[in-house]
Amino acid sequence: MSDPLILGFITVISAATPLLLAALGELVVERSGVLNLGVEGMMLAGAVAGFAITTTTGSATLGIIGAMVAGMAMAFAFGVLTLTLMANQVATGLALTIFGIGLSSLAGAGFVGIAVVPLPKLDIPGISTLPVVGPLLFSHDILIYASIALTVGVAWFLKRSRAGMILRAVGESDISAHSIGYDVIRVRYKAVLFGGLTSGLAGAFLSLSYTPMWIEEMTAGRGWIALALVVFATWRPLRVLFGAYLFGGVTILQLSAQGAGWFDVPSQVMSMLPYIATILVLTIISAGPWRARLNAPACLGKPFRPPT
Amino acid sequence: MSLRIEERRELNLRMFYLTPLLAVVLTVVAGFLMFLSMGYDPFLGIYHFFVSPLLTVYGLAELGLKAAPLIMIAVGLAIGFRANVWNIGAEGQLTIGAVAGGGLALALIDVEAFWVLPLISIAGILGGMAWAAIPAFLKARWDVNEILTSLMLTYVATLTLSALVFGPWKDPMGFNFPQSEMLSESATLPLVLEGTRLHAGVVVALLIAAAGWVVMTRTIIGFQIRVVGQAPAAAAFAGFSRKRLIWLSLLTSGGLAGLAGLFEVAGPIGQLIPSISPGYGFTAIIVAFLGRLHPIGIIGAGLIMALSYIGGENAQVEAGMPQAVTGVFQGMLLFFLLASDFLARYRLRFDSGGNAADLRKEAPAE
Repeated sequence: MSDPLILGFITVISAATPLLLAALGELVVERSGVLNLGVEGMMLAGAVAGFAITTTTGSATLGIIGAMVAGMAMAFAFGVLTLTLMANQVATGLALTIFGIGLSSLAGAGFVGIAVVPLPKLDIPGISTLPVVGPLLFSHDILIYASIALTVGVAWFLKRSRAGMILRAVGESDISAHSIGYDVIRVRYKAVLFGGLTSGLAGAFLSLSYTPMWIEEMTAGRGWIALALVVFATWRPLRVLFGAYLFGGVTILQLSAQGAGWFDVPSQVMSMLPYIATILVLTIISAGPWRARLNAPACLGKPFRPPT
Repeated sequence: MSLRIEERRELNLRMFYLTPLLAVVLTVVAGFLMFLSMGYDPFLGIYHFFVSPLLTVYGLAELGLKAAPLIMIAVGLAIGFRANVWNIGAEGQLTIGAVAGGGLALALIDVEAFWVLPLISIAGILGGMAWAAIPAFLKARWDVNEILTSLMLTYVATLTLSALVFGPWKDPMGFNFPQSEMLSESATLPLVLEGTRLHAGVVVALLIAAAGWVVMTRTIIGFQIRVVGQAPAAAAFAGFSRKRLIWLSLLTSGGLAGLAGLFEVAGPIGQLIPSISPGYGFTAIIVAFLGRLHPIGIIGAGLIMALSYIGGENAQVEAGMPQAVTGVFQGMLLFFLLASDFLARYRLRFDSGGNAADLRKEAPAE
């Protein structure tokens, strides 16, 4: 394996990580029966908070914590509206995105054009220096390791843990879960906050590692692609991992094609590819024999009010 | 004493129409606090944002200029939202409408005739409809989520416009700027108020709102849309075709967004440039909700949201505030609206424990 190829794979991992982080959180949210379309807004909040805190305090750790808190604060606003006040989830999610775009641009106005030291690569002594696998698997920053750990963690949580089983029950049949004594709203609040946390992390990865700077609306639709990935993965964590890396691959492929001028088309046409790929993948999943929709949580998007 | 939430048997109509006003008031209050926290004089901030743009004829004309596309798009979106069809890609349909109509206008640049403007308007509508037809087809045929497809197509549309104005449609005499030639006189909307930029599109927007009102309240198809949205089971039982409504709502909203895009090109901008809308397609979503998905309400909501754009520009010039304040206000407004809707749908009751009178009152209900 040649060095450029390894380098290529490493960039794919970078491109996939924000999608993976955001989609994992949204997957948990949706499995609890809630549809939060505000992923893009929460990611932007995380991106700007992470960047602003890192540049002002000089501590990336504080920046990452701040990004998680910012994502969760946005998610909490969504929770109050949709879970407590039972507002329409689609409309509220859109509001969260519009608000997040405005708020992050406002908060980030003073940080445009500043550079930040990218997150350090955490080499694992002994194995990071191995040929091929060393740079490929064991020389990444903390958020990349975290995204893999989270994938395994979420998969285990949903499939094996008691709390995960309750969460799935709440998403499949809120009334039954309520009648056997589970607090549906409480479970959903926790899920929504977790979604905010991972979206915040995804944003922090963008502004602290992927392109270590703050640019207005730097998520460029990745929040929406993450939402599509959840459908693509038919609500399964390990398939989210696969989907995110597939999309990371498409992104890097089109970027290298643009850079190398492989095709005689305007650069904009190449830039369209990830978005067109999303539409194609959604169509294939919805039209194909997989019956993806049968996997959707039965209570997805429906408000729940405990019967009194 | 405890607080209890009770679902109202019927929507409280007075509340339903009052909550948009409540949301506006709450937004202004929140804006006051935001200006304060940002270190601006809050009274001056509110004045520059919400009052001073309305004090000049030019400001009022700009208000109409920005309200027109918002109203046109929102009237179309409201139809879909009522039928639970979520077209959130109006921004993309607007862009393709501008590309289709503007492209035709560039091809006819040497033609001086009265029919040029109607022709490019039709091209704009068809462009928007064609772009909306993609999510409509995917939704009607395979139930592909229209929220995600219509949004993804917005990015594709913006990149298409960019590829054209950076490439084949670039004005050869334009000093290499990414912009087309200026459209001809015949392809430009007439002004309705001399000395301002207010063009005939604002009249069209009002006519569209009126037509939307007639369709929703006086026709069978309007009735079907409302039934499908409010009682899907009843609609299926009555044999209303869900697929037809998907097509209808996406094509209508797409066509109107396309026309709005063409009006930007044939109106205030006068040529094709990489960015022809400051997010009208997204803001129109808020306008539709704030206007209660009702064409008349949408006119009022369109004016309020137009003010948020002009106020933002004004506050930027007068007080040096970042332009992004506009987006924050728009987001907050929708938040407060959705939150205060709670009051229209539910009743808050304070129970004061074992009060005998209360118990007696409650008894028959048990």
